[in-house]
Amino acid sequence: MVLRVEEEVVVAVTEHFSLTIVLLGLVLVSLPTGSTVLPEDRADVMYHGYDGGGVEVSGPSILLRKSVGDSVSISGNYYVDSISSASIDVVTSASPYTEERKEKSLSVDYLRNKTLMSLAYTDSDESDYAASTFSLGISQDLFGDLTTVTLGYAVGNDEVRNNSDSSFSESADRQNFRLGLTQILTKNSLLAVNWETITDQGYLNNPYRSVRYLDGDTYLTEPEVYPNTRTSNALALRLRYYLPYRAALGGEYRYFNDTWGITAHNAELGYTHPLRKDWIFELKYRYYTQGAADFYSDLFAYEGEQNFRARDKELSTFNSHTLGFALSYEIAKGGWRFVDRGSLNLSYDYIRFEYEDFRDLTSSTDVGEEPLYSFSASVWKAYLSIWY
Amino acid sequence: MVKIITFIILCTSLLSACGIEPWVKPYERAHLADPIMSFDRDPVASAYTHHVYQAREAARGAESGGGGGCGCN
Repeated sequence: MVLRVEEEVVVAVTEHFSLTIVLLGLVLVSLPTGSTVLPEDRADVMYHGYDGGGVEVSGPSILLRKSVGDSVSISGNYYVDSISSASIDVVTSASPYTEERKEKSLSVDYLRNKTLMSLAYTDSDESDYAASTFSLGISQDLFGDLTTVTLGYAVGNDEVRNNSDSSFSESADRQNFRLGLTQILTKNSLLAVNWETITDQGYLNNPYRSVRYLDGDTYLTEPEVYPNTRTSNALALRLRYYLPYRAALGGEYRYFNDTWGITAHNAELGYTHPLRKDWIFELKYRYYTQGAADFYSDLFAYEGEQNFRARDKELSTFNSHTLGFALSYEIAKGGWRFVDRGSLNLSYDYIRFEYEDFRDLTSSTDVGEEPLYSFSASVWKAYLSIWY
Repeated sequence: MVKIITFIILCTSLLSACGIEPWVKPYERAHLADPIMSFDRDPVASAYTHHVYQAREAARGAESGGGGGCGCN
């Protein structure tokens, strides 16, 4: 029997949740940067890859956007994750597996004077998880277009299944509330402030995952149990500054907390530098740190020690460092047939994860004395963008 | 949350009615209009980056740059 442990949390819980956010983000991010106009007509074809900790994920993402008349723009996205997992949890308690997840989304933007309204629907499906999300967004320019305010709301319904138990079926509901403000500070600097509250209700843990507890000199396992509600808040500040020789500096800080007792911070610094006339080079560094959920433990003292219990490393105490590079090359600058311009892009991120209370069970030392787990991941994206 | 949003909408509506003079004129926004100043130049790529982080981290929300407001298009 192929048990899926860690990646079900990653894929079935976090990623499905996250896609809700990402797609809502896509809707709002695609709002114009300036006095309100419709987003530009563009197409992006990307192939993405992730390789780290025994997990490989790759697949295409295709995004098309086209305006209809002067006040409506329609956008569609097709995205695939092909997953092959032999992660730390899978190799210590189950068998490697492969999985595929497909996601489709459609959004419509409607412009009226200085107000842009967006509607989006997203559908994601794989063998043991289905998710659908409906989202709304509104953006308004104020104060001589120095300020843009965005509001967003999304509601998602997920269905959780279990590939080793066909009678298993649970659901989870989610709501997202977003508030954003972008402000021109000076001729050379921009500030963005974003707030998001997310509430979940339903089956939020993973049907495959277990915790471990002490049993004499060894350990045994029992299923994870998470609370069936969760509310989280995130506040992010972002700055961009234009340097005198045509380059840009970017900075970001985000604070996060939730009702599971997790607090997290991340900070990022980026530098964007055009090279000659056709190239743009980017460099970034990001640091992330979080504290564990109240009900997380690497090793419980005995069976049923707590009502709620987790040993998902994404709920543990850890930090990560990301170093990223990206290169863009502009093509068809003077236009080519129906294309106004385009770009070829390549990016690579190296991420190092260091866990502080999640132990590597592949080691055969005494129970509870195993070395702490850590791993590195490579993330790359190659994509073609055209504007028409 | 609904009260907060209503309050913010009311405040911004009232303030916008005051006719604040923009301190960065539209013709002074050339640098801000440069694509290198975008919070999110390529949505398809940044969405994937957020996706990777969300899969590996407990934190979630407020990822996007959202909007822009450079008044330069």
